[in-house]
Amino acid sequence: MEFLSPSTWEEALAAKSGRPEAVPITGGTDVMVELNFDRRRPGALLDLSRLPEPAQWRAEGGHLRLGAAVTYTAIVEHLAGHAPALAQAARSVASPQIRNRGSVGGNLGSASPAGDCHPPLVAAGAEVELASVRGVRRVPAREFYLGPGSSVREADELISAVLVPAPAGPQQFSKIGTRNAMVIAVASFCLVLDAGARTVGTGIGSAGPRPLRSPEAEAFLAAEFDWEGGAEPSEAAARHFGALVAAAAEPIDDVRGTAAYRRHALAVMARRAWVWCAADYRKGAR
Amino acid sequence: MRVAFTVNGEDMAAEDVWPGESLLYVLRERLGLPGSKNACEQGECGSCTVYLDGVTVCACMVAAGQAAGRAVRTVEGLAASGGAGPAPDSRLSSVQEAFVEAGAVQCGFCTPGLVVQADDLLARTVRAGGPAPGDAEIREALAGNLCRCTGYEKIIEAVRTAAEHEERAVRRGGAR
Repeated sequence: MEFLSPSTWEEALAAKSGRPEAVPITGGTDVMVELNFDRRRPGALLDLSRLPEPAQWRAEGGHLRLGAAVTYTAIVEHLAGHAPALAQAARSVASPQIRNRGSVGGNLGSASPAGDCHPPLVAAGAEVELASVRGVRRVPAREFYLGPGSSVREADELISAVLVPAPAGPQQFSKIGTRNAMVIAVASFCLVLDAGARTVGTGIGSAGPRPLRSPEAEAFLAAEFDWEGGAEPSEAAARHFGALVAAAAEPIDDVRGTAAYRRHALAVMARRAWVWCAADYRKGAR
Repeated sequence: MRVAFTVNGEDMAAEDVWPGESLLYVLRERLGLPGSKNACEQGECGSCTVYLDGVTVCACMVAAGQAAGRAVRTVEGLAASGGAGPAPDSRLSSVQEAFVEAGAVQCGFCTPGLVVQADDLLARTVRAGGPAPGDAEIREALAGNLCRCTGYEKIIEAVRTAAEHEERAVRRGGAR
């Protein structure tokens, strides 16, 4: 195995182009598990942890440009105003030590259906920036994931950044697991409201082969939400919203939970998310 | 490959490092620093917690080459730093002192990781001029460190004690 340590982003792109099988590593919180447990023996590791660009963020043109290697700790500490739901999700990742290393780019690179960042990215309509020596392209997060561990990223591409639209209303993320820390989501849900456009985004995690959304639930809530006053939903409306979200999931039974439990949990999280978003809306989050 | 970095302020280098090797392996097996413990190898247990450029990380999740040129501080380096504990001339840091005082140790395997992570919590709170962390904050800071013996009560108590000692020391004008 080789250890490739580019000192510039251009060198990193060239290295990935020349060695498409090289596995990019930043925080190592996924990659090192696979190496430590002999699950993977790539021909090369491509260390991106020394490059300045992926570790930077800036607000520009109506969105947050978040470098792929910005750590969860940095997101929690600095970016809650720019990407509230993503910051909530980052806060729910693992433990302080893991949040000090792990990044959104790594979450996207691993493309686990249970990754905590995915529902906020999908719900907010974020874009993933992919770079290679061939050029740069942006893919909507909603189209990025193909299945467990699989995405539209080509072998010679590196994830350079994500572009998260500036918040225009309340956002809520929640996650179900056996404890608060160190937990892989049994199911997770994110709700993003755009008060200006009066639109709704949803993101469903860990309840399908890839992160999902529910266009039906989004259309229902966009029509039902009290955009004037942010009134509490009726119980019937909240239940219907929850049912639509649950229906959009494609869960399986596995070690962390059953498909039936995941659907139930999603319905509950969706109802609560509406209630919480309405409360935030009344408090002026619009 | 050769990997050189500083450990507890000292220049160190490991030869013949396999590129997929973890920083933890290098510390324990090549540099003779077994304080950081090897348990889960997947970032779940926190027993290999070390400072990497001043930030606490699980050493098992850092590829050795990623540590090249950086500053690593392990549990072995905490005592030398003195700390602002009840016995400033003691060889133990304030957190270590408090763990002993509270009896926050049973089998001891998780202790090095807990001590480093607790040291970081105090560095970010009382040592930075802030208030002593409350129980919720302590529990949150230690959420990635598993102890299978104690039930955590004595550990929380030790961190609380160390925080109080350091807070007093900072108010006295600072032993640090």
